[in-house]
Amino acid sequence: MKISTIKELLDAEVLCGEENLDHEVYSACGSDMMSDVLAYVKDQAVLLTGLVNPQVVRTAEMMDMVCIVFVRSKTPTEEMIRLAEESGMVLLRSKKRMYEACGKLYACGLGVNGEVK
Amino acid sequence: MNEAVRFHFVVDGEDFTSAGQASVQVKKNLRKLGISPEIIRKISIAMYEGEINMVIHADGGEADVLVYEDRIEIILTDRGPGIANIDLAMQEGFSTAPDNVRSLGFGAGMGLPNMKRYTDDMKIESTLGEGTTITMTVKL
Ligand SMILES: Nc1ncnc2c1ncn2[C@@H]1O[C@H](COP(=O)(O)OP(=O)(O)OP(=O)(O)O)[C@@H](O)[C@H]1O
Ligand SMILES: [Mg+2]
Repeated sequence: MKISTIKELLDAEVLCGEENLDHEVYSACGSDMMSDVLAYVKDQAVLLTGLVNPQVVRTAEMMDMVCIVFVRSKTPTEEMIRLAEESGMVLLRSKKRMYEACGKLYACGLGVNGEVK
Repeated sequence: MNEAVRFHFVVDGEDFTSAGQASVQVKKNLRKLGISPEIIRKISIAMYEGEINMVIHADGGEADVLVYEDRIEIILTDRGPGIANIDLAMQEGFSTAPDNVRSLGFGAGMGLPNMKRYTDDMKIESTLGEGTTITMTVKL
């Protein structure tokens, strides 16, 4: 799925990384617990979260993720946007809640292990 | 024997928002050295967990990364409270992190086991009241 499709499905705004919306991603995960993302996530390219602090961006970067979706209209700080820009990451913001946002992407074929459904 | 390439960082314990900066920089440096993405990922995750631990549990510390021909070593040193029971601290789910750390997305007790999982060797030396040194090695 292209990141631009995620943007459409979640009715999201692009906060940075507009130039990378064409990037293809194959899996995603949703969590507010960065400890769990670091411990359990493997090869997921997209992180959906309601947590806002710079460690969200750094955690995603350590995991080689390319896109973060902030749910519930959570807004990242200037510093977070700058960090994301430095690593070419796309930041999206959606009004949807975590459950709905994850469900929608999953139902439209964005899986957990990169398998094509 | 070739000299190791060495990166040194001071990890600020005052400011949680900057936690992880050293790991981000190491990731960039290793990319420039042409290290493979799988190895970089292991080192990034292990070092990041260790760096965050130094900030939340030990008021900061220092990080050294040494790149040898056949391995990369990460040495994290702090003058924090030390770890009372290392075997217990290594168990998944054991955490002494306060609630404010949990609201920042950390404190599940997964960091140390994760560091062990992502590295080929991990050694913890800790003395109560003096501090902790963690040495991790990833083979190239
Ligand atoms: N550098 C350190 N100095 C003192 N105590 C530490 C240090 N690193 C870890 N600990 C102790 O070991 C426990 C387990 O660490 P671990 O990294 O596994 O979990 P955590 O940091 O509490 O949570 P998580 O890593 O999942 O965010 C910590 O809660 C803390 O009590
Ligand atoms: Mg930890």
